[in-house]
Amino acid sequence: MRQTLWTLAALISHWRRRPGNLATLVLGLAIATALWSGVQALNAQARMSYDAATAAISGGGAGTLVAARGGLFDQDLFVKLRRAGLDVSPVLEGAARIGDKNIRIIGVEPVSLPRGSPIAHKRRRADVLEDFFSGEGRAFAAPQTLRRLGLAEGARPQTERGRQMPPLAALAEAPPGAIVVDIGVAQRLLDRPGKLSRLVIADDAAPDDERVKRVAGEALRLVAADDESELARLTDSFHLNLTAFGFLAFLVGLFIVHAAYGLAFEQRLPTLRTLRALGVAPPNLVVAMACEIAVLTFMAGGAGVIGGYAIAQALLPDVAKSLESLYGAQISESLSLDLRWFLSGLVMAGAGAVLAAASGFTRTLRLPPLSVARPIAWRAQHHRYLRRQGGLAVLALVAAACAYGLGDGLVSGFAVIGCSLLGAALFLPIGLAGALALGERLASRPLARWFFADGRQEISGLSLALMALLVALAANIGVGGMVEGFRQTFTRWLDARLVAEIYFEAATPADARDIEAWMRTQPDILAILPVWRTKTRIGEWPADIVGMTQHETYAAHFPLMVAAADVWTALYAEDAVLVSEQLARRLGVGVGATLDIPASNQEWRARVVGIFPDYGNPKGQLRIDHEKLKRYFDDASGVHYGLRVASDATSRVIDNMQRRFGERITRIIDQSELKGLSTEIFERTFAVTTALNMLTLIVSGVALFASLLTLSDMRQARIAPVWALGATRRELAGLEMIRVLGFAAGAALLATPLGLFMSWCLVAIVNVAAFGWRLPFHMFPAQWLVVFLIALCAAFLAALIPVARLARAAPTDLLRVFSNER
Amino acid sequence: MLRVEGLCKSYSTPQGRIAVLRGVGFTLAAGASLALTGESGSGKSTLLHLVGALDDADSGEVVLDGVALTLLSEHARAAVRREKIGVVFQQFNLIPSLTVAENLGFQARLAGRYDPAWQDELTHRLGLAALVTRYPEELSGGQQQRVAIGRALAVRPKLLLADEPTGNLDEASGDNVMSLALELVAATGCAFLMATHSERLAARLQRRVRLESGLLAAQ
Repeated sequence: MRQTLWTLAALISHWRRRPGNLATLVLGLAIATALWSGVQALNAQARMSYDAATAAISGGGAGTLVAARGGLFDQDLFVKLRRAGLDVSPVLEGAARIGDKNIRIIGVEPVSLPRGSPIAHKRRRADVLEDFFSGEGRAFAAPQTLRRLGLAEGARPQTERGRQMPPLAALAEAPPGAIVVDIGVAQRLLDRPGKLSRLVIADDAAPDDERVKRVAGEALRLVAADDESELARLTDSFHLNLTAFGFLAFLVGLFIVHAAYGLAFEQRLPTLRTLRALGVAPPNLVVAMACEIAVLTFMAGGAGVIGGYAIAQALLPDVAKSLESLYGAQISESLSLDLRWFLSGLVMAGAGAVLAAASGFTRTLRLPPLSVARPIAWRAQHHRYLRRQGGLAVLALVAAACAYGLGDGLVSGFAVIGCSLLGAALFLPIGLAGALALGERLASRPLARWFFADGRQEISGLSLALMALLVALAANIGVGGMVEGFRQTFTRWLDARLVAEIYFEAATPADARDIEAWMRTQPDILAILPVWRTKTRIGEWPADIVGMTQHETYAAHFPLMVAAADVWTALYAEDAVLVSEQLARRLGVGVGATLDIPASNQEWRARVVGIFPDYGNPKGQLRIDHEKLKRYFDDASGVHYGLRVASDATSRVIDNMQRRFGERITRIIDQSELKGLSTEIFERTFAVTTALNMLTLIVSGVALFASLLTLSDMRQARIAPVWALGATRRELAGLEMIRVLGFAAGAALLATPLGLFMSWCLVAIVNVAAFGWRLPFHMFPAQWLVVFLIALCAAFLAALIPVARLARAAPTDLLRVFSNER
Repeated sequence: MLRVEGLCKSYSTPQGRIAVLRGVGFTLAAGASLALTGESGSGKSTLLHLVGALDDADSGEVVLDGVALTLLSEHARAAVRREKIGVVFQQFNLIPSLTVAENLGFQARLAGRYDPAWQDELTHRLGLAALVTRYPEELSGGQQQRVAIGRALAVRPKLLLADEPTGNLDEASGDNVMSLALELVAATGCAFLMATHSERLAARLQRRVRLESGLLAAQ
C-alpha cells in the first residue's frame, strides 16, 4: 500500500510538470465520453418518452387488443368483451393540430383503466374524476406539453377541425406531446364517433386468444405487454444509427487518449525504469498506474458526462423534430436523466481509458529496470511496429469481408464499415512509411534525406492522431456523400411525386363531398385527384393504403423503380397494387407476386405490378385504384385531395377555397410549400448525423494538435543536432510544417476511397436495413476537394503552435538537449 | 556482506553471443570499499547491474547479507533493491517531476524507512539545503549527482553501488562528490562498490580490481 501510494505520487508528479499533456489526456477522454453519453442521453430520453406514453395508459398491464388489420374498430366490440367478463378499458388515439403544433389526442375511460396506470391513480382525486365527466370535462396535458403549445391551464384551444377542447389542466403523468381526454370527447375531437384504437387489458393475466376470438371473432389481435411497442420498433434503426455515430466519435476521442497516454508513457519511461531500479515491482507499478487512470476517469469522465448532457440538450430539439416528423413520436424536449445514465457514462469513460492505457500496462509488466543499448533498436522496433500494423490491418479487412459475406442487416453493415475503417487506419502508417522511404531514396540533398528519414521516425508517435484524422475524414466523405446523394435523389423524387399544384384536407368526408362538388364547377381546376387513405397491417408491418384515380398525371410522373409492362392498365383494370420499396423489401415481394391484404370484410388478394420509392416514410405504403379503395375499405378517409390547376391559378384557387369553405378545410397547401416542408424534414433527419460528423472531425483535429504539442518537446532532441550542424530554426520549422501537411495529405488521400466505400456501405447496406430504401450511388469530387482542404487546414492549425515554438526556440533550449543527453 | 562467485553473463548480437563476464568472483565486507576498473565495454556496468539485482546472470551466484539474489523471484529482488541496495548511476536517474527533497526521500519512503532527521543531515552534508524545492533540470550535473548519492544513502543500504558516478562531472566536481560519498559511506557503515575507468578515483577506495576479458584481475 505504502509502495503503491508513493509510486502513484511519483507518477502523478509528472502531470504537475506537464499540465499541457494532462489537459490533452483529460480533454480527449472528456470529449469521447461527452459524445458517447450525449448520444446515449438522446436515445434514453426518446425511449423513456415512448415507454411513458405506453405506461401512462396501460400502466404496464397484461397487454392490449388492437384491430387485427390495423386502424380503428367499432366500440361495440368493447361492449361485447365487457359483457363477456373481460376487464378491458377503451382507448382512442389520433392526431390533431392546435395552431401550427401537432398533438396526439388520447381518449380514455378513467374508471376502467388498469390500476397500474398513473392516470388511473388520479381516480382517487375526486375533483379530477368529477372534472373528467361533469360539465365541460377536462383535457389533461403534461406541463411541458402545455409549455410547448404556449397554453395555460384553463385554456380551451380549437383543433384544426374547429372542435373546441375541454379546459386544459396540467397533469405530470400525461404522456409528452399528448392531451388526455374522456373517450367520448376524443371521438368528437377526432371525428371518430363509435370508434376505438385499442383496448387495454386491466386483468393481471391476459386472456388467451381463444377467449377473445369467441367474443370478437377475427376482428381483434392480442399484443402482449412485453412486445416492443410499434414506435420503439420503427425508431430502432434511427437510434442504432445515432448510437453508431456516437460510438465512432467515442473511438476517435479514444485515439486522443491513447496518443496522449502513450506519449506520457514514453516521457515517463526513464522514471518508470528508475522506479524499477529503486525496487518497485512491476505489479505495484501497474496498480499505481491503474489508480492514476481511475482518478483521471473520475475527472475526465465526470466532465465528459456533464458535457454529454450539454450536447444532448443542444441536439434534442432537432432529434425530437426528426422523430416527430419521421415517426410521429412525441419526445419531451427537456432532458430528465437518472443516475444510471451518469454511471454508465463513467463506466464507458473508465473502459475507454483502460483500453487506451492497456498497452502501457502490459509494457510496464514486462519493463526491465535497465535499458539495454542496442544500436539497431529503432530500426528493428520500427519494422516490428509496421509488421504488426500490417498484420492487424489484414485481419480487420478480412473481418470486414466476412461481415459483408456472412451478415445481413444493420449490424453487419456497421461491422463492415467499422472493420474497413480500422483496417485502413492501421494501414496508414505503412503507406506513409513507404512513401517516406521512397522519398529518402530519391532525395539527393542531405537536408532532404534527413527530412524523409526523420519523418519515418516520427510516424509511430503521430500515427494514432493521423489514424483518427483518417477515420474522421473518411466518415466525412462517406456520410457527406450519402447525404448529398440522398438530397439530390430526394429532390428529384419529390418533383416527380408531388405533381399536383395544391393539396388539401377536408374536415369531414361530408365536407369533402361538398368541396368536390364545388371544385367540379371551377374552370381553373383541371383535375381532382382524391388521395383517400386507410391503415392496415401486412404481416408484422403497419402500412398505409392510398388510392389513386385513373389520371394521366400518375402515368406520366409517378416514380416507379420496377414495374410490369402493363402497370397502369393493370392497376385500374385488375386486382393490382403498387408497393413501396421498404414494404416490398420487408415482405420479400417483387413485381408479379401476390399479396393478401386485410380489407374491411375479407382478405383482398392483389398482384404486385410495381415497386415505388417512398423515401422518408418509416411505414410501408400500398397504392391501389381509388375505386377499389372505396369498395374494399369502408373506413378509408375521404378527406385528402390533390388538385391539378392552371399554372397561374394556384394562389387564386387556394384563396377562393379558403374564403368559401373556411374551417371546413383543415389544411391546404401548395406544391412548393409542401416540398419545402418535406425538404425541411429531410434536413432535420440528417442534422444530428451531420453535427456528430463535424464534432468527430474537430475531435480528430484536437488529437493531431495534442500529439504534435506533446511530441514537440521530444522533437527537440532530433532537431537540435541538425540545427547545430548549420540548419536555421526557420528552415527546420518550415520542414516541420511541410511534414505535418504531408502526413495530413496522405491521410486525406487514403480517406477518399475509404470514404467512398463507406458511402457505398451506407447506401447499399445500412440504409436498406435501417429504412428499407436504397439510393442510387453518387460521387461528388468537389466534396472530396473540400475535405482534402479541411484536412490540410486542420493539420496547419494543429501544427501552428508547435512549429512556432520551434521557430522561436532559444538556442539555450536546443543546447540543453546536448547537456541533458541521456 | 557481499559474496560473488563464478558470475557469467553474455549478450546476443547480430554477430553471435558475446561473453561479457566469464566467472567473476569477489567478496566485500560491511564498511569496506572496492573499486572496479577496466576499459569501456569491459563489463563493469554489467557486473554492477548483476550485483544490484537489476539483471539476471547466465550462471554464478550473488549473495548479499546472506541472501542469494540469483535465486530470488522478481518480486523478492525488487524488495532487496528497495531495502538493501542504493544505486548511483552515471546519468543520475533522478525523477524529473519530483523536487530535490522528494527525490532524496523517495527510496526511503518506498522501503518504509524514511527518517526525517537522517534526510536532513544528508541534505546539509551534501550541500543541498538551498536546493530542496528545485527540480532536477534546474540543477547542475554535480548537484544532481549529490542528490542521487543522498537518495541512495537515505535508505541506509547494506550495499552502495556507484556506476561511473563522476563520469559526467568535471574533475573538481567529481572529487568533491567522491569525498562526500566516501564520508557518508563511512558514516553509514555500508559496503561500497564503484565502477570507474579513472585510476585516480579508484585509488581513493580501500581495494581495487580490474576487469579484463570478462575476468577479474587483482591490482
